[in-house]
Amino acid sequence: MKVGRVIGTVVASKKVESLTGVKLLLVQPLDEEGKPSGEPVVACDSQQSGPGETVFYIGGREASLPLPEPFNPADATITGIIDTIAIGVK
Amino acid sequence: MKIGTVIGTVVATLKHEGFVGRKLLLVLPEDPYGKKTESPVIAVDTVCAGTGDKILFIDEGNSARQVLDWTDGCVRAVIVGFIDSVDLYKNPKSQGSKSQIPNPK
Amino acid sequence: MQLGMVVGTVVSTRKSENLQGLKLLIVQQLTHTYKPLANYVIAVDVVQAGTGDVVLYSEGSSCRQTAPTDKRPVDGVVMAVVDTWEVGGKEIYNKSKTDSAPL
Repeated sequence: MKVGRVIGTVVASKKVESLTGVKLLLVQPLDEEGKPSGEPVVACDSQQSGPGETVFYIGGREASLPLPEPFNPADATITGIIDTIAIGVK
Repeated sequence: MKIGTVIGTVVATLKHEGFVGRKLLLVLPEDPYGKKTESPVIAVDTVCAGTGDKILFIDEGNSARQVLDWTDGCVRAVIVGFIDSVDLYKNPKSQGSKSQIPNPK
Repeated sequence: MQLGMVVGTVVSTRKSENLQGLKLLIVQQLTHTYKPLANYVIAVDVVQAGTGDVVLYSEGSSCRQTAPTDKRPVDGVVMAVVDTWEVGGKEIYNKSKTDSAPL
């Protein structure tokens, strides 16, 4: 899973049936300093997250699993909304 | 499996129900020389690791689901061990920082 | 998933039997600011997208999880035709309003 920030939303009415009713969000991956790293990805939402929120998302085949219909072609899905990240030596 | 260092903890209240009760750590993947290779990943902890530990983790879904005994789990990265030391064959021809193998602890 | 624009089609007569009947599209990746990237993929079309459409495509083993691509040697699939997207409250693309190609 990776850390990312929701920066926008995507709307598509013509899509595969298995993703009907699933919210699509643009997520900017973040590095350990909270800075953007790499190109934003479009991720399905399983947690009612919204723009501006810091989230963690899962990529690859496992992204299909948290959604209502698990037989879907999603390759990125938001699995949680991050409250805090603590970085540093204990 | 990959080598990494735990650089932090992640707390989330709103998350997929399968993650309830699982500890999430921020892991920085590293090469055997201790150099960062990619941006950090969030991994589920199974060995009670903490910030600063050098660990072994899996970044592949099927194995992760088996380790966690979580069928259809939406999980990919799992910490599965601590690294005590990494011993590398030192190529006499290579000079400079790359031949220096840092001691993890 | 990534945003992309369908820039062409691929026709192949001699191909794996498991690929028979699938429409192959050339998709150029777009940034979230509607700019093209030098990154192309060949993706199977499952939503009747056409050249010029802005689409959402997926890569990797997830792509086999649609009815037409189930258990087939596929690693890219066009899964949706994008209507609109917005970043930070600002609409970047709207299918019915945006008529210029990405620059």
